[in-house]
Amino acid sequence: MLDNDSRRLLRQLLDAPQAPVAELARRAGISATTAARGLERMRDQGIIRGQHATIDWRALGFAVEVSLRFTLEKSAPRAFDEFMEQARKIAEVTEIQTFLGRVDVRLSLVARDMAHYQELYRDRILTLPHIADIEALMHIAPIKRAGGLPI
Amino acid sequence: MIELDELDRDLLRALVADATLSAGTLARRFERSQPAIWRRLKRLQDGGVLAGRRVDLDLEKLGFGVSVFLGVKLATKGRVSLEDFERVVSAIPEVRMVEHVLGLYDYRLRVVARDIADFERVLRRRIMTLPGVGDVEANVLLSEERLPGPIG
Repeated sequence: MLDNDSRRLLRQLLDAPQAPVAELARRAGISATTAARGLERMRDQGIIRGQHATIDWRALGFAVEVSLRFTLEKSAPRAFDEFMEQARKIAEVTEIQTFLGRVDVRLSLVARDMAHYQELYRDRILTLPHIADIEALMHIAPIKRAGGLPI
Repeated sequence: MIELDELDRDLLRALVADATLSAGTLARRFERSQPAIWRRLKRLQDGGVLAGRRVDLDLEKLGFGVSVFLGVKLATKGRVSLEDFERVVSAIPEVRMVEHVLGLYDYRLRVVARDIADFERVLRRRIMTLPGVGDVEANVLLSEERLPGPIG
């Protein structure tokens, strides 16, 4: 588990991943050396696995984002694997998640506009294997971004 | 809207894989000058394409064993303002993400908890007591993969 310095440091990192180490240290109220060592330790321990740039698809002309929630035909033994194999081939899919619950798999899909979405839905989504049911949730706005943790 | 060329796509792919790569490293990898890479990155940032960074954490090592996605339907639309709901739900530390959606639910939440018992506590004390909350559906996250999306 984390000591108090690391906890404070991690909180600042999640709040401002782009900030330089000196800035994170200042905000966490610790020295820059302690901060650099803390970050290195959390990386070594595999707590921090990496940092990834996030792309705003709207800025690239993909105005539509949809959550597609699937229930699969689980009678087929490789239903999940085959479904996911095919879903990975759709360039407009940005996320694949699997669940325990009423929903089995969820895809995040981006499209240029509603016409493009309709085309993807008909030609690429409905043709995925082992679908029992689909529900779509249209994204309107992000209210809180995946970020903080109760630490 | 920004049009991308092959170098822009290479840079985006590289940074989605590792956002900590410096302009110098990218310049060497793609055999361009550092100022040239710098200008490209600046353009992608100014155009809003590079929107920020996501820190990838091993949540289990931090003691968070379960992530749950909730679909929340508001019961009393009109009586409770969306702003009130959004303000209160965003302030819950266990709620890592809130999205306003259109469809079967009004909001999608990503909730983190130590275990299922801890999740039940968050659900009962924090979520079910939100202003205007109606139907709630919970799905426990089993696996998650992110794909590069249509930059390739």
